[in-house]
This record gives sequence, C-alpha cells and structure tokens, in this order.
Amino acid sequence: MKISINGAAKDVTSTNLAAVLHEAGYGDARVATAVNGNFVPVGQRESCPIEAGDQVEIVAPRQGG
Amino acid sequence: MTAFYGVELPTAFMLGTAQYPSPAILGAAFRESAASVATVSVRREAAGAQAGEGFWRLIRDLGVHVLPNTAGCHSPSEAITTAKMARELFETDWIKLEVIGHSDSLQPDPFGLVEAAASLCRDGFKVFPYTTEDLVLADRLLDAGCEVLMPWGAPIGTGLGLVNPYGLRSLRAQYPDVPMVIDAGLGLPSQAAQAMEMGFDAVLLNTAVAKAGDPVAMAIAFAKAIEAGKLARNADPMDPRDMAAPSTPLIGKAFLQ
Repeated sequence: MKISINGAAKDVTSTNLAAVLHEAGYGDARVATAVNGNFVPVGQRESCPIEAGDQVEIVAPRQGG
Repeated sequence: MTAFYGVELPTAFMLGTAQYPSPAILGAAFRESAASVATVSVRREAAGAQAGEGFWRLIRDLGVHVLPNTAGCHSPSEAITTAKMARELFETDWIKLEVIGHSDSLQPDPFGLVEAAASLCRDGFKVFPYTTEDLVLADRLLDAGCEVLMPWGAPIGTGLGLVNPYGLRSLRAQYPDVPMVIDAGLGLPSQAAQAMEMGFDAVLLNTAVAKAGDPVAMAIAFAKAIEAGKLARNADPMDPRDMAAPSTPLIGKAFLQ
C-alpha cells in the first residue's frame, strides 16, 4: 500500500508503525514518530495500525536556536 | 541565581546550536563560554542516516541542560506534536515553545501560543514560551501554567538588540518574580549586558555567536557581557539625571583669579 514517509510516497507491506520503521530502514535509529499529525510514543508503535494514505513523520535530534 | 522550574543554572547564558561552521566550533563555543543551556530541535531523519544520534552524542557530551524547541511551527497542534516528539528524543520535559504567527517577522501567534502552552502545561511540560513584551499575553501565559517567560529582544536572527526597551522594562516591572529570558534578536554582547542590567534573568541567543567570524571568541564575549550586566544589576545602579553634577568636590578648590 502507498503511504507517505516524511513527505515522500512509499510502498510498504507492513501494517503497524514499528514494522513500517523497520521496513523503511530505520532499524534502531534514535527517532520519534507521528502518524497523521499525532505523536506515537515508542511503546505504542507496534499497536499503531498503518493504513493506505497515512502520513508518517519520523524525526531525530537536530541543531536549533 | 534564578531558578527555572526549580533548576538553578550555573550561568545566565543560554546558547543555540544551529548554524555553526562545524561541530567542533559548536563544542568549543559552549565549553569556552560556559553556556549552561543548549537549545535544540527535531527534524526529519532519512532512513539509515543516523545524523540524529551523532548530534545527540555531541550535545550530551557538553554536559549542559537541553532545551528543545518547536521552531517553525505555525499552529498549536503542530507545536504540541513537535513538543511530544522532542520530549521523547531528548528525555526532558523542558520545551521552548514557538508558535509563529507572521512569516516575515517570525512574531509569535499570541492566540496559538496560549492555546499550546495551556495544553502542554496540562500534559506535564515545563514550558518556556517565546513571546513578545505584551503584558496581557504574559498574563495569559502565566494563567496557562507557564512559570517562565521568554520575551523577544527583536525578531529572530536580526541582531537588532532590544528594540522596545520601554515594553521590556514594563514587563520586568509588572512581574518581578517571574523568571524571564530575553530570547532572540541580539547581535552584540553590549545588548546582552543591557538585558541583564534591566533585570532579566538570562539571555538566549544563537545567530550572533554562530554567524560571527570567530564564534568561540564571540561566545566568550557574550558570556562576559552577561556576567557584567548581572553584576551591575545586583550592584544597584545610580539613577540617571538630566543636569550635570560634578563628581570632584568643589570644597577646597583653590581660589584663583
């Protein structure tokens, strides 16, 4: 199914957020996630369903002012 | 030293981590200036990049307090989600809350700022709101649960200094017991000293150091100015007056014609 990861279209077969992260190549990276604008904590990724058209945001620590 | 949400910082210098020529210069600027708080952000990570992990190690090794921001957020919901992601990544409930309302001036959206602040305070965040010198907005932010205010000196990145000293003095006088940080718009150390002389508790800046020709030297200059301003404030400055008054005693002056 087609979803969006960080604004880019992506075809995935996984149906929960933890599996999507693994499938997309994030492995054990230090990242935080949101689906359709809502924060999903690390502990809830496996129980967070992913459906076609979902918008997944994956962020990491960066420089800031 | 003023406490920010119960934390007494060793120095009144809060420094941003963006725009430095290199990570090494960033690290040196912090070490040489003894800045006690580092502002950071969250941004999209590419698969396999691990850029976030490297940056996090660099910041953690500085041994300073970390203040994540919601820079670039234009709505309360966007800022709230960003804050929650930052809390998980940086393992802190401190958040520098930015809800931008005007693209050119990066002026805070006062309505969105209060809405986001109230929600985040309810959720256990310790909110440092990037605000203006507006007294009513300050009142609303305190009502929302904020225990610190961060009024701007000037629009972010301008280096104009304290463009509304009257408004900032009024804000300081109206809430003498609220910890306040001048955040953004400073370009020179003398402006940071001025902020501290006015009674503000700390100064937060980024561009003035990071974009200086010698960021490490400029960070040291700001640290010294902040300390000087704080010392001056605590020393109870004289009141200014319009007419001259000789400092050398007239009594005993030789009578010469």
